Amino acid sequence: MATREVISTGNELAAIAAVDAGCTFFGGYPLTPSSEVMHVISDLLPAKGGASIQMEDEIAGICCVIGAAMSGTRALTATSGPGMSLKAENLGLAQMAEVPLVCINVMRGGPSTGLPTRVSQGDIKQASNPSHGDYRSITLCAGNLAECYTETVRAFNLADRFMQPVIVLLDETLGHMHGKADIPTVEDVEAGIVPRKRFDGPADEYFPYECEATEPATLNPMFEGYRYHYTGLHHDKNGFPTEEIETCRKLIQRLEDKVMAHQDEIELNEEFMCDDLTGEEGEVLIIAYGSVSLAAKEAIKHLRDDGIKAGLFRPITIWPSPANKIKEMTDKIKNVLVVELNIRQYTDEIERASGRLDIEGLYKVNGRAISPYEIVNKVKEVF
Amino acid sequence: MAFNYDQYLRTEKMPTLWCWGCGDGVILKAFIRAVDKLGINKDDMCVVSGIGCSGRFSSYIDFNTVHTTHGRTIAYATGIKLANPDKHVVCVAGDGDALAIGGNHTIHGCRRNIDLTMIVINNFIYGLTNSQTSPTTPRGMWTVTQKAGNIDPTFNACNLAIAAGASFVGRETVNAPRKLEKLIVQAIEHKGFSFVEVNSNCHINLGRKNKMNSAMANLDWIDSITMPKKKYDTLSEEEKMNYLPTGILKQDKDADEYCDMYKEIQKVHQKERAKITQDDFEKKI
Repeated sequence: MATREVISTGNELAAIAAVDAGCTFFGGYPLTPSSEVMHVISDLLPAKGGASIQMEDEIAGICCVIGAAMSGTRALTATSGPGMSLKAENLGLAQMAEVPLVCINVMRGGPSTGLPTRVSQGDIKQASNPSHGDYRSITLCAGNLAECYTETVRAFNLADRFMQPVIVLLDETLGHMHGKADIPTVEDVEAGIVPRKRFDGPADEYFPYECEATEPATLNPMFEGYRYHYTGLHHDKNGFPTEEIETCRKLIQRLEDKVMAHQDEIELNEEFMCDDLTGEEGEVLIIAYGSVSLAAKEAIKHLRDDGIKAGLFRPITIWPSPANKIKEMTDKIKNVLVVELNIRQYTDEIERASGRLDIEGLYKVNGRAISPYEIVNKVKEVF
Repeated sequence: MAFNYDQYLRTEKMPTLWCWGCGDGVILKAFIRAVDKLGINKDDMCVVSGIGCSGRFSSYIDFNTVHTTHGRTIAYATGIKLANPDKHVVCVAGDGDALAIGGNHTIHGCRRNIDLTMIVINNFIYGLTNSQTSPTTPRGMWTVTQKAGNIDPTFNACNLAIAAGASFVGRETVNAPRKLEKLIVQAIEHKGFSFVEVNSNCHINLGRKNKMNSAMANLDWIDSITMPKKKYDTLSEEEKMNYLPTGILKQDKDADEYCDMYKEIQKVHQKERAKITQDDFEKKI
């Protein structure tokens, strides 16, 4: 794939990626440290005939995006922790009504107002179920500047494929990091766009929510002769409210199964310096994601200089988690260290997937990034 | 020949979940007649509703329809309209929807003056959830959450809309379906944010404990608290406190509409014109 070299920030790259991926609508509310996404996209969208609107609050931000997406556009919102909490209810409607959109969360310290200008990975668990009820969230987590671009592009394609919101997690470090990145060309991104499925038959044969047990709804754009109904209530194949027992069960089961049956299309991981890990005594597997993985890679180089064979496993698709891959890696390698800017949020998932309770952790929740040396020291201390 | 409502209804969804004698049906029919009078193609209109009895409005009519979360109709509609500026977008909300949980969106929808029509069905109570106090419940009335009588001051929805900058504000009651139809026609024709309050009855959940235990009794009460604006304007300030004026209460045909202004923004970014200055728009500070 052809690439281009740019010098930019994570937030700016995410905004540019959205526009390159065909997004024509942005709605949001200023929220540190994500605001630069809106700053940039409010310039880019009108130039392309799209629209960007600053709404009266975070709730209105997600609602107008859902509205625009219902009408058929690719739409984006961006926020941080407090905004995610406010958007949660309407993200639930988008899950229920199967409305594709992308929601970027540039993570900052929490809970509550927390540390607005400092880094955290405290929204990992929230990203798996921001709203009440049962559904399966798709959450991608950028681990470097280039991925702020590529994961945003991937999020739009996944949203249209699975007809649901896709959350892209950045963190304050990545969002504000300024540097060089090799990103795909616009032509390549455009060539890779997979638009949402649509029904082209006669309107009286169109049932938007009639689909296979593991497939998403087919929701045609509004105003094109296919008049149907969106609702957050349990609904039938026409989209109308129902309490019919079997219809209700099938609907919620399908929201789960449409994602889990196609995890191969969604899962993306990076293995860094794992090739020579064979399961011998003394080998170390570090699991990290987001900006922390940059420190972990640096740490691994130092550890190897000191004679410790270490590698990094980095999930890029955080939810659904790469449980089988985690099991495979943690079955092989005894010494496992999870490094997170929160307290055990992803470690819990790794324990579940691995079936092991002896996973070591390095957790930091003071709003500061983890340095490679902290990771090196932790490895030497615990293994 | 009798008017054919069926062409605009999802007849398979009948009967509605509304109680016998509910004013919502009167509003639904007036809305349909208004749309028919305007000759709007069903494919070119989107109706967005919230939560409550009024929330079901959208499911009975054969347009592009969206049943949203509680209070958020305007926010959803703003996205639909801004992404499709040449289409008609109408919001239908209840008094709790539009003035309590969604109050912020109502204020800013009015202020933004985006070309939406908002119909607020005000029955002075939370009906669907069984008689809790709403922002428009008159003081002293029984509610299930204030059984000794409501002590909360009562919101005047139209005054709020006028103060927030809506360019069209009107009020009608379900006692006057023809006038209501005309008001909805004018509201949809108006370019800008049009706010229509419809005073409706809920003899079941407002009336049953407030001596209005039938639709007629409730409608009589609505009749006793409303009067046409022309007559209302002749009252003293003190007398006005007891009445809600009906008809068009405000119309500013020259107010700048949001989607129109956004088209100018697009031109600036497409380098087809210099940036927007204060001179482009009437100074109203």
